[in-house]
Amino acid sequence: MSFEPKIVAFFCNWCTYTAADLAGVSRLKYAPNVRVIRVMCSGRVDPQFVMDAFAKGADGVLLGGCHPGDCHYAEGNYKTLRRMRMLNRMLKDMGIEDGRFRLEWISGAEGEKVKVTVNDMVAKVRALGPLDMPGKFKEWDKEIEELEAHVNSDAPTEVAHAR
Amino acid sequence: MKYLYFPGCSLKGTGKAYEESLLAVFRALGVELKEIDDWNCCGATAYMSVDEAKSYALAGRNLAIAEREELDVIAPCSACYLGLNKAQKSLQDHPEIRARVTKALAAAGLEYHGKVKVRHPLDVLINDVGLDAIAKRIKSPLKGHKFAPYYGCQIVRPFASFDDQYDPKTMDKLLAAAGAENVTFPLKTRCCGGSLTGTVPEVGLRLAYIILKEAKKRGAEAVVTVCPLCQFNLDGYQDQIARKFEAVDMPVVYFTQVLGLAMGLSADELGLKRSIISADVVLAGR
Amino acid sequence: MADNNANKQQPNGLPRIGFYICHCGSNIAGTIDVADVAKYAAGLPGVVVSRDYKYMCSDPGQEMIAQDIREHKLERLVVAACSPNLHEETFRKAAAKGGLNSFFFQMVNIREHASWVHEDKKAATAKAKDLARAAVYRVRFHKALEKQQVPVDPNVLVVGGGIAGIHAALTLANAGKKVTLVERESTIGGHMAAFDKTFPTLDCAACILTPKMSAVKSHPNITLWTYSEVSKVEGYVGNYKVTVKRKPRYVIEDLCVGCMECIDACVFKEPKFADKFNQGLGKRKPVYIDFPQATPKVVMIDPETCIQFKTGKCKKSCAEACDRKAIDFDQKEEVKELQVGAIILATGFKTFDAKKEPHYGYGKYPGVFTALEIERLVNASGPTSGEVVLRDGKHPKAVGIIHCVGSRDEKTNKWCSRVCCMYSLKLAHLIKEHSGAEVYNFYIDIRAAGKAYEEFYDKLLSEGVHFIRGRVAEVTDWAMTPEEEGKLVLRVEDTLAGFVRRVPVDMVVLATGLEPQADAQEVRRRFNIGCGNEGFFQERHPKLAPVNTFTDGIFIAGACQSPKDIPDTVAQAGAAAAEALVLIDAGHVELEPNTSHVVEEECCGCKSCVPLCPYTAITFDEAKKKAVINEVICKGCGVCAAACPSGSIRQNLFEDEEIFSEIEGVLGK
Repeated sequence: MSFEPKIVAFFCNWCTYTAADLAGVSRLKYAPNVRVIRVMCSGRVDPQFVMDAFAKGADGVLLGGCHPGDCHYAEGNYKTLRRMRMLNRMLKDMGIEDGRFRLEWISGAEGEKVKVTVNDMVAKVRALGPLDMPGKFKEWDKEIEELEAHVNSDAPTEVAHAR
Repeated sequence: MKYLYFPGCSLKGTGKAYEESLLAVFRALGVELKEIDDWNCCGATAYMSVDEAKSYALAGRNLAIAEREELDVIAPCSACYLGLNKAQKSLQDHPEIRARVTKALAAAGLEYHGKVKVRHPLDVLINDVGLDAIAKRIKSPLKGHKFAPYYGCQIVRPFASFDDQYDPKTMDKLLAAAGAENVTFPLKTRCCGGSLTGTVPEVGLRLAYIILKEAKKRGAEAVVTVCPLCQFNLDGYQDQIARKFEAVDMPVVYFTQVLGLAMGLSADELGLKRSIISADVVLAGR
Repeated sequence: MADNNANKQQPNGLPRIGFYICHCGSNIAGTIDVADVAKYAAGLPGVVVSRDYKYMCSDPGQEMIAQDIREHKLERLVVAACSPNLHEETFRKAAAKGGLNSFFFQMVNIREHASWVHEDKKAATAKAKDLARAAVYRVRFHKALEKQQVPVDPNVLVVGGGIAGIHAALTLANAGKKVTLVERESTIGGHMAAFDKTFPTLDCAACILTPKMSAVKSHPNITLWTYSEVSKVEGYVGNYKVTVKRKPRYVIEDLCVGCMECIDACVFKEPKFADKFNQGLGKRKPVYIDFPQATPKVVMIDPETCIQFKTGKCKKSCAEACDRKAIDFDQKEEVKELQVGAIILATGFKTFDAKKEPHYGYGKYPGVFTALEIERLVNASGPTSGEVVLRDGKHPKAVGIIHCVGSRDEKTNKWCSRVCCMYSLKLAHLIKEHSGAEVYNFYIDIRAAGKAYEEFYDKLLSEGVHFIRGRVAEVTDWAMTPEEEGKLVLRVEDTLAGFVRRVPVDMVVLATGLEPQADAQEVRRRFNIGCGNEGFFQERHPKLAPVNTFTDGIFIAGACQSPKDIPDTVAQAGAAAAEALVLIDAGHVELEPNTSHVVEEECCGCKSCVPLCPYTAITFDEAKKKAVINEVICKGCGVCAAACPSGSIRQNLFEDEEIFSEIEGVLGK
């Protein structure tokens, strides 16, 4: 069976969530891989939410807000942009590839853009393959445990690198 | 200023006068044109209807060769200009065509990246050289001469990248800078007959006749064109048009010939003696 | 309906959760196996009742929830159905009916976000389960909240004084509300004031409009500010603070009685300047009034053309002529502030710029006119007193009307402008009546959908107006035959006859379409509402909330929302007024309790949050060294909560643990 990515989306209530509703009302069809979490403003999205989603097994995270200048709360989306630029750098350092996290401006009238964005993101994340942070955490934990065990034991101090 | 020059078949054949006048004018303006090395057919006309990908491969080869130098390409023939631009766009928009062309080019050790810009001499003269610079080179303005500026279809349809699609004006501006008067010409972008003059003459000749007749009616002494096929149709079929409709006796010249005259170049070096319908009226007063 | 609920015992600590999934007829159940989802949810921790039902939003559906809450002592409620934008409020009420705090509820959107957008039933069902699980996890953390009530200011602002704004203002004023009507031009009346007759009844536009204009001026409940623009809007539903700029017209409005003696006295003996109201076909002086019934009937001075403004050396005969001393060359812009509870935007439209279709020759051939120009030409009070003449004064013998200029066109505007067919028919009738010319209509389709519209089309057919079905390729002065000499030739493929026609005429009328106002984007930002892709203001719901916007307390009416004719515009204006009345007469609004607050003991006093709030709801208590959020000002975006480094800011309904549990839920197994 081919790999089906799991994507967590945070959509702002006023633009992108409404656009996703519009896509529904217009019966547009798109990939079923995205799970939407509603927030009032994309500015509510703490970078920790994105990290948490990856940590809990998401293969991708999509964040949707109003277009610059169109925020229902005047400027929340600018704050989002600021935070997510920084987050992008951190994700890179953690070995999470470009394309797994995406910030998109989708207005309430752009149902079609929801469809296009979701389909495009699903295709790209599918091509990247599973991220499986929980699995990686387990491996890392194991390595640390082994290391600890080793340090606590009387074994020689020099060891081969684990991987 | 330096450009690559893609002559295409017309400028080496029926449109010889266009090449002569174009090169002379650009030389006089201090703009260097370097002919593309080992160019081939632009891929226009017959190829397109037989196999699109083959046509794009032909265009692609020219573009791939041109890419070796970081220069814009000037394609004076309207069919080449359109054909090369169309190929660029199709290669950009359709990955499957691009894949076929890439493969074909690879066989010849060539690569296409879509880096060069294919431009029309009108675009270069107006936007790079500039009207001011051209005006300074005008030595003997064409006072009292009246022309019908005729653009044909291919440089404005479907891509109108440097001029208005319905009412192009770049050539009007050049002719005005040369001191000539432009008649109001509503048929600027109308069909010259294209290849129908040869294949379905009862249609093609009529189309050519309409343009010549209207230019005459509007008081033009010559039709000024940018396209070798337009020039060929309008100039070369006037005897047949005279037999079928009426004699119009209207010279059809290239804009580069007119511009060159105003810049003080000789009729000979501008190929003005090559016209079938004598263009002597354009020379009047010099 | 499967029974998933036989005597479930609740493990310690978890609140008792009821889960409900809606079939929505076949809208959801057609794609999602709802019984399977209900069965799955029954097994989730905390869920003691799990049911699927045909229509959860129906009375029996809601009653079932209320009864279950009482019977099963439910402490939390999850409903998987449509978008919360549609029915969140319904189920909150159902919860309250059962005695549960409304906010112990979470809604799951499995219709707009799943069944309607996916075709693969298995995948859609799996998605519904994930979303259901997320809500079940999340709802545990919900807190009991109360909606805050704030009073509503009973005054209303109406922006735009066309027929929509006029009708809305009068409706509200007649209901006893105080209304301020702000219009950017010097008179109210809008486009309708420029029309001669209205379709399909051909009643005179002025005869039906001017009484309403006067009623606005004289109504004790209406304050009319023309030549004014809204520059700033602050506040929230029920409590908007609006700043209005009143541009100087150099005439004191209260003193001018509209006698127009100043116009006669102007040093320009003859009108010399293009008259905007007459589409430039007439002339006016620097001191002028748009038209005799302009409201308010107050003259104005155009500083661009007035000699006093240009040179400072006019003998000011206009000021001398005014015995009321109403002319004031030193008048300055005034800035006014207003408090209102509701705002109605009726800012109208602009017509398509015909020069963008150069092949129709507007601006190139003098015989080509726009429809608005013809409206003025056929108007008895227009620049030619109703005589249909060309720019050189000659009478046209043949007139061609081109439909859909800037409408139904991939290259310009894709939409149908809805009024052009009908106004073209009207103009065809009027041109024929006024000039006796042959009139040709070139159309794609005749769209005569409206009461008595098709009948009007029938009438035109019998009047001998010609109809040619085809999109005109070009208007040219290129003559092919002697008969075409000196004429404008319309080249068109007659798609009914199946050949190309050349129709020579003397006058061409371009039926230009309707577009959003040039500044629609700026205006919508000022009022914090949305625009659709084409640039018209976005309604809250295309069918069920056509005059509401996504910003509570701001309503839209007329052609600013989409092209519409006068009957539809007036209907919408009435609807917008009624919506505003509903808001005002309720006396108060309930605000979503999704505001943020600071947990004082956790706040470290770093002040990171203070500059983030666009509403300045956050202040810093210097004595306590703690941030404080004013929950009345807070609009609930949550930007501060996301930024707080100590995690001491909590946003109600969107607390960190609620969102984290939702993330865990959508990703869980």
